[in-house]
Amino acid sequence: MKIEAPRPMFDTSELVLNMGPQHPSTHGVLRIVLRLDGERVVDADIVVGYLHRGIEKLCENRDWSQIILLTDRMDYVAAASSNLGYCETVEKLMSVEVPRRAQYIRTILGELQRIASHCLWLGTHAMDIGAMTVFLYAFRERELILDLFEEYCGARLTYNATRIGGLPLDIPPGWDKKVREFCHIMDSKLGEYETLLTHNRIWLDRTKGIGVIDGPEAIAMGLCGPTLRGSGVPRDVRKDEPYAAYDEFDFEVPIGTEGDTYDRYLVRLEEFRQSLRIIRQAVDGLPEGPIVGKVPRLIKPPAGETYHAVESPKGEIGFFIASDGRSTNPYRFRVRPPSFCNLQGLRRLIRGHLVADVVALIGSIDIVLGEVDR
Amino acid sequence: MVDTLVVPLLKIIILLNAVLVAVTYMVLLERKVIAWVQSRLGPMRVGPYGALQPIADAIKLMTKEDITPTRADRWVFTASPIIVMVPALIVFAVIPFGPEVELFGRSVPLYITDVNVGLLYIVSIASLGVYGIILAGWASNSKYPLLSSLRASAQLISYEVAVTMTLVSMVLMAGTLSMVGIVESQREAGLWFAFVQPVAFVIFFIGGLAETNRAPFDLPEAEQELTGGFHTEYSGMRFALFFLAEYANMIVISCVAVTLFMGGWLRPFPSVEALGFLDLVPSWIWFLFKTFVFLYVFLWIRATLPRYRYDQLMHIGWKVLIPIAIGNVVVTGIAKVLL
Amino acid sequence: MPSTSTPKPVPKAKAPPAAPTGPVDPAPPEDVSEPDFLTQLRTAHGAAIQKVSYWVGDWSVIVSLSSLLDVVKYLRDAPDAAFDYCSDVTATDWPPRDQRFDVIYCLYSTRHRHRVRIKVHAAEDEPVPSVTDIWPAANWLEREVYDLFGVNFVGHPDRRRLLMPDEWQGHPQRKDYPLEGPGELLMENPQDWLRLRNIRDEAEIE
Repeated sequence: MKIEAPRPMFDTSELVLNMGPQHPSTHGVLRIVLRLDGERVVDADIVVGYLHRGIEKLCENRDWSQIILLTDRMDYVAAASSNLGYCETVEKLMSVEVPRRAQYIRTILGELQRIASHCLWLGTHAMDIGAMTVFLYAFRERELILDLFEEYCGARLTYNATRIGGLPLDIPPGWDKKVREFCHIMDSKLGEYETLLTHNRIWLDRTKGIGVIDGPEAIAMGLCGPTLRGSGVPRDVRKDEPYAAYDEFDFEVPIGTEGDTYDRYLVRLEEFRQSLRIIRQAVDGLPEGPIVGKVPRLIKPPAGETYHAVESPKGEIGFFIASDGRSTNPYRFRVRPPSFCNLQGLRRLIRGHLVADVVALIGSIDIVLGEVDR
Repeated sequence: MVDTLVVPLLKIIILLNAVLVAVTYMVLLERKVIAWVQSRLGPMRVGPYGALQPIADAIKLMTKEDITPTRADRWVFTASPIIVMVPALIVFAVIPFGPEVELFGRSVPLYITDVNVGLLYIVSIASLGVYGIILAGWASNSKYPLLSSLRASAQLISYEVAVTMTLVSMVLMAGTLSMVGIVESQREAGLWFAFVQPVAFVIFFIGGLAETNRAPFDLPEAEQELTGGFHTEYSGMRFALFFLAEYANMIVISCVAVTLFMGGWLRPFPSVEALGFLDLVPSWIWFLFKTFVFLYVFLWIRATLPRYRYDQLMHIGWKVLIPIAIGNVVVTGIAKVLL
Repeated sequence: MPSTSTPKPVPKAKAPPAAPTGPVDPAPPEDVSEPDFLTQLRTAHGAAIQKVSYWVGDWSVIVSLSSLLDVVKYLRDAPDAAFDYCSDVTATDWPPRDQRFDVIYCLYSTRHRHRVRIKVHAAEDEPVPSVTDIWPAANWLEREVYDLFGVNFVGHPDRRRLLMPDEWQGHPQRKDYPLEGPGELLMENPQDWLRLRNIRDEAEIE
């Protein structure tokens, strides 16, 4: 429905509205200062940094293995992806080969993590738009995944689930059967979410045409992940620069057409299904073998620097790590957070929309402040 | 004397108490029903299965500190919750819970009074509640409650038109404005009017959702996060009155819908003789059961649907519902003349 | 029982390793051929390129600061390069060096699916041209580099601190900034600072 801006009859001044750091729908401590003309957003200034803990500098003073703990705490919703990204970058620096079994299990963990993160996204996004029930349904499924992770590595949120060269633990007996059962349950629950939202007239009215951005502009703005794919750009690190065991699996990357909130929603919903597909293939074809490659006790990559990216549920998470070859800490540790780059696109997406759409858009780009601020 | 004074007084006392208890237990019902939809349990601690939760809520609200902003208009600030609550309660005077029954040797009608313009009474009294909302926002002396209250009242007034149009079609159907008369005409027709006027029924229900600020039209409420609802500055018992008024309005809408569209106190299929055994259930039980079904649908919708944005809400009210309601009146009128 | 034997010799403390003076940037080995876009870049802007490096599969090009914008614009527009996606803009601090900052641009091409890293050396206050006009993605990335390192970006539309509070002094990610924070270095009188900040916040909200 097209809303036309009213012709100015009187001299109106703009209203400055502060969606402060404490806010039920900003998914963390995010502050948005909106400039409104009546109800329309003229401009927005996004203030971040409330959760800045200096992780990059901390990591430059920690052992290579200790850093894995810190990578958990950036994107705390999808910790296994950050773990995986970091370990892969160091393995690339050290040219260590990770055994196939470990690659498969890492892929399974990564995809389970993707489903868990998307469950949280779906729940919070739907709740912000008013459909409270989806929140609880999505968290019910997320609980199942968290149980699987707890059985594997003992933690529900900050997994510390990978090691440089492989994995710390082999999967417990019966875990793969539980994963298969979970996939089966998840398929039917996805049908539930679709029934509640996908063709719901109110959902369509609230998300169609909101925050439209087309492909080339999205690429220039640096968006990544499902936010970019919703605009029709087929960019996925798992397909473009395969890592772990992704080149051995058969899966599709869903892309949208319009680049609005509804398309981003559909993309993520389809990603659920594709992740389940990957997990099934991985669990069925799990090879035997060691779970850790040949890695020295004291990890000291040779001097050099590299940039390596993996596809976290939020987008391309990149690690730029420089080693000076002689100390036990990295010389430079840099994370390229997907939520950070997506969040800077929010200013462009919000313009011209109503205040009630701001929450819909924040949910649509799926940010985690721990990752934005580090 | 007994018939004209004592009996109505007793009825008023019983009805007021029943309504207030019902309203407080509506809060619990809402929490429970929504919890069950969301695969969790709801309040379970206070009393068996949480049944005493409303009492705990009432005690909490009554013992809360009563904060009045210093620059707020004191009398209006105090009066607004009352202006919102009282119309919701006095509307119950014309709602028929059942026909005349034999009680203690006298024939007692199960309604406080049967005004022959009952429907008009309901519409006009229910509209008074809007004043309370506007005054609440004004009296708070704060930018955001004022804007929010104006918005909420605009929503209420817009949907009021569509709802009143559907009531006009019902009056055309029944031929009388009296609530008891409408139920009687449904009994004579042998059919609930919902089957004869499905469009009016749906519009009435949607309009009722919007009138009571319920999902999916609860943006003025949910926007508390953003600009503060009209009851931001209220705390304690005054806030409780707003809340209870909302639930009382819900019950009013349900009762009116049952009376107009679902046959009031009539049993299902009132003209079918074979189902005569259903008459064993007293008429007012049928009424309460149907009202309960309506309230359940209110809660069900809240648990399921996302909410509309304000401009979409106004668009639906003015550009969709009102034309359809007017069309319905025209069609009903033509049909009444021809048939 | 008191020991009369000679105590074990205390090992001489090893001299701490010298601080690294810069990234290694190894040259590409013999058997790895340069990608096409790099050869074309040499033809187009050969004078700007200071070094080409290759390590564990990544190509990086060190260019001179003055020709950064030309090189970067070429890389975005040339059909064989087509680096339309700015993955990351970051910096590394090598304090012993004169030009202590290494500003690094990680670029990716969605069309050809290849990556490259462009590096420039910058001294502490040396102006670095901003690439925000070329990729709007660099807006916040450069803001963060300015905030945490103090690299002097010119031509940036919104050069403010991003992660640290607006009135913070110092650039935390530099190697000479203490990990624990500035402590007493930051403020003479913490109460004044708090009071000033509260006044400013209230004025902002009104």
